[in-house]
Amino acid sequence: MDGLARDSRGISSATLLLVVIIVLMGIVGVVWYYQAQIQAGQRVVTISTTTSLYDTGLLETAIAPAFKERTGIELHFIPKGTGAAIQDAKNGAADAILVHARSKELKFMEEGYGVNRKIVAYNFFVIVGPQDDPAGIQGMDPIGALQRIAEYGQQGKVIWVSRDDGSGTNTKEINLWKAAGFNYEDIKNEPWFRNTGAGMGQTLNYASNQRAYTLSDTGTYLKFKKDGLIDLVTVVDKGEELINIYAIIIVNPEKYNKDFEGAMELEKWLVSEEGQKIIGDYGKDTYGVPLYFPVVKVLEQKDGDIYNWIVKYGFIEDNGKLTESPQKFRYKADISFFEEEK
Amino acid sequence: MGLIIQGVLGAFHLIFSGNPDIIEISLRSVKVSGIATLIAFVFGLPIGLVIGLYDFKGKHIVRGLFNGLLGIPTVVLGLILYLILVPLGPFGSLKLIYTEMGISLGQAILVLPIVISLVAGSVSLIRSEIRELAITLGAGELEASIAVIREAIGGVILSIVAAFNRAVAELGVALMIGGNIFVKGSALNTRVLTTSIQMYTARGEIDLAIALGVILLFIVFGVSMISNVIQSRLT
Repeated sequence: MDGLARDSRGISSATLLLVVIIVLMGIVGVVWYYQAQIQAGQRVVTISTTTSLYDTGLLETAIAPAFKERTGIELHFIPKGTGAAIQDAKNGAADAILVHARSKELKFMEEGYGVNRKIVAYNFFVIVGPQDDPAGIQGMDPIGALQRIAEYGQQGKVIWVSRDDGSGTNTKEINLWKAAGFNYEDIKNEPWFRNTGAGMGQTLNYASNQRAYTLSDTGTYLKFKKDGLIDLVTVVDKGEELINIYAIIIVNPEKYNKDFEGAMELEKWLVSEEGQKIIGDYGKDTYGVPLYFPVVKVLEQKDGDIYNWIVKYGFIEDNGKLTESPQKFRYKADISFFEEEK
Repeated sequence: MGLIIQGVLGAFHLIFSGNPDIIEISLRSVKVSGIATLIAFVFGLPIGLVIGLYDFKGKHIVRGLFNGLLGIPTVVLGLILYLILVPLGPFGSLKLIYTEMGISLGQAILVLPIVISLVAGSVSLIRSEIRELAITLGAGELEASIAVIREAIGGVILSIVAAFNRAVAELGVALMIGGNIFVKGSALNTRVLTTSIQMYTARGEIDLAIALGVILLFIVFGVSMISNVIQSRLT
């Protein structure tokens, strides 16, 4: 009798275990199904982008809510740095990229991954360094300043910090060193040249601690400066070479079956009056100066230094003309692209 | 030092002001890692029991494998899963990249070895004594096994707690599979505590980072403490 009772209790325990496991699996299944339903019900456009746009909050707190209100489309921004953002799109994980490195953008399009490139905003990079400016480059032109930093660096008097992460800022830095007569790959191993391999914020922190010079985008620098996190000042902020041009490129629908129409909606909205105003106003209240400048008016007026610099550093050659997006990289675009005679 | 004090003060202000974003992110962390623990438990418990209770060929290799996987670096797992789950990868069609469920699955894989190893370990420790005792007292094979599980309940609970705490505190998978997406009011956000701590640190918003870090610590300690209470009640 005793043995029988124990037997039945034993079996019910085993059954209970099985039931618990089935119930738990059921819960997981329901949650999964529920999330898939939400996913199917909400139109989402995913954009791989650069940390210098993301870390100021422009994309998440200003652009995404306004765009959703206008179109109902939800924007998911994945911040990665320009190089990684492009790779993300190549893996099919993004509908568009929002980046700032013309040479890499062109390569992305030439490989057939991207179409309909459109410039949406610009600002300027700055060279920042310690208050006492040991290299004495305050107010110099960027190329001369870098030459001086290299000279003093090789004498062991100053330190330069580089992102060295394939980002747009890093790409700009490599080009600046080239213009100054240095091969980045050669000097990056010299003792005065430090590579963080990290984002802009961490790189600024490191430069501040080391009392070093570095190249930064304006947005991140101003934010860190205002919050009192870094002890660096702007030493060089003038010069056409420092212009920083942001462009959106849509993933080629013939390559991947992504939401081409949704991404084009975003492109059109970014260069619309509403989109340009949001970009231009962002950060004004907090920092006293805008972090990004709207670009469309400048391109329409076709005049002035800024216009010439954008054409020089942001346009791409196409059959003797210069344009945002060469003819062969345009795809079913119900949008016009700016062009300029060479 | 001033920065730290200022940060901690700001953090407590943020926590007690009931900032809705912080609440949302914290709840998501618990939910995502809770589901991960569930999945790991569902698969890990039977596997752990089999390994702990029965002798079979190659048992040492299997146990060694799961013990080795205990310490898998989360960034490596994140990278592997990213490559598998991106649309071009072999499981891209599951559409799990940059979703909550994607993070849960990734974390489940991360903590599965914890559940298996701890369950198998605690079961095999008790096994010999209880099993022999039960069989001496006239119990059958199944009955004896059930008795072993009852005795090992402490180890099973510990495995769940350890799994949850590892899942909720990891960054690599959550960042690479989740993408740290946040759109106000969206049901598709993937920002969790660890990814937001990383982000706010990178952005220099230290008080927010500290606030979220404090919450994460509370969750980890809280879960451990609750499990202690349950364990002492049960034994």
